[in-house]
Amino acid sequence: MLGQLGEDAKLLAGGQSLIPLMKLRFANPRHLVDLNFIAGTAYVKDDDGVLRLGAMTRHAEIESSSVASKIPILHDCAAGIADVQVRNRGTIGGSLAEADPSGDWGTVLMALPTQVRCLGSSGERAIPLGEFIKDAYTTALGHDELLTEVVVSKPPKGSGGAYIAFKRSAPVYPTASAAVQLIMEDDVCKQAAIALGCVGLAPIRAGDAEAALRGQRIGEKQIATAMDATQAAVDPQSDMRGSADYKRTLVGALVKRAIDIAMRRARGEQVEVSHIYA
Amino acid sequence: MPEAIEKIAIQLKVNGKPCSLQVEPRTLLVELLREHLDLTGTHVGCDTTYCGACTVLLNGAAVKSCTMFAVQADGAEILTVEGLEKDGQLHPIQKAFGDAYGLQCGYCTPGLMLSTFQLLTRNRQPTDKEVRRAIAGNTCRCTGYQNVIKAIQLAAQNMKGA
Repeated sequence: MLGQLGEDAKLLAGGQSLIPLMKLRFANPRHLVDLNFIAGTAYVKDDDGVLRLGAMTRHAEIESSSVASKIPILHDCAAGIADVQVRNRGTIGGSLAEADPSGDWGTVLMALPTQVRCLGSSGERAIPLGEFIKDAYTTALGHDELLTEVVVSKPPKGSGGAYIAFKRSAPVYPTASAAVQLIMEDDVCKQAAIALGCVGLAPIRAGDAEAALRGQRIGEKQIATAMDATQAAVDPQSDMRGSADYKRTLVGALVKRAIDIAMRRARGEQVEVSHIYA
Repeated sequence: MPEAIEKIAIQLKVNGKPCSLQVEPRTLLVELLREHLDLTGTHVGCDTTYCGACTVLLNGAAVKSCTMFAVQADGAEILTVEGLEKDGQLHPIQKAFGDAYGLQCGYCTPGLMLSTFQLLTRNRQPTDKEVRRAIAGNTCRCTGYQNVIKAIQLAAQNMKGA
């Protein structure tokens, strides 16, 4: 169908971004293809080492999924996006395919090994998320392709993660966000993934900050080094949500807080966390 | 000249009443409710998916009716503020908003009451924190939220055993 309609067609998933963009005339598609009535596209499945999420799975369904909640960073994200009403409509596939640099799922899933499965006229393919998100609002999807499934590798034993987004109020996009996923072994950090949102044209992996934690017993010194490396890795823009300096400071503090929660969760502690808003 | 837009036939239940309508695909759900069905209790506040004044229930889930197309509600059950009262009796949520002074100008109230409806259907004894989370997508610019939270807790109490 997309092949027939050409590049003037857009896919409508939850519509919580596309419809507002159309009202503002930022998006002006000639055709909309509504994905909401296709059966079997919303699910969360535990499948031998991976979690499979159907593209049309609503944030609210992920929030209440006992399977997804076993990976706390996924619950942090799903339960914190916008507000109840938006979470009842918005979908994980729509969020990734839109690739808004302030979106939550792109940032969170950059901190976990994630592949997206896509289907088009030339067949099916799986793309690592880091290659799928190309730039702001730009993905590897062809115009006749759609995202069908998100496949997340389950973190091994001893893992802990946290996602924190800072917002001015519930319905708005975050000012900055940080996702931290750690693998700990006897108090030593074996693996660290740190992804940052809203502070570049796409989610940013802070490699130097990860290196500051890897192989270390994480203490104040390592966290301070990771914060500095985080702040060096980001490239925020000044806008109505805050100045570039403010966002750089904020994202460092979010990383610090997320590392703390990730470590506590890795030790088996239950920590409730949700987006922070004033 | 904009070209003529073909209308699409939809069927849905609004406040328990079956409706068959012909709508342009660009019609928003809130326009369907207010302009085609004269249910003007559902308000348009911001029209940018922020304020929640247009909140209605779609198959039991709170949604912003300014952010979905009417054709997407084909086959669905919609509940609006007009569907809350029964036989001339205010719903306990409506009564509680009055009794606890949970409104001043009332513009955001229908949306707040529908968000409350989803909350109390799924969680009969919410904590204040859960109430705050449930209404985080509803903006009030004059009453403030303290009395709204009191009203929701009063409604929860009054609905016990209901």
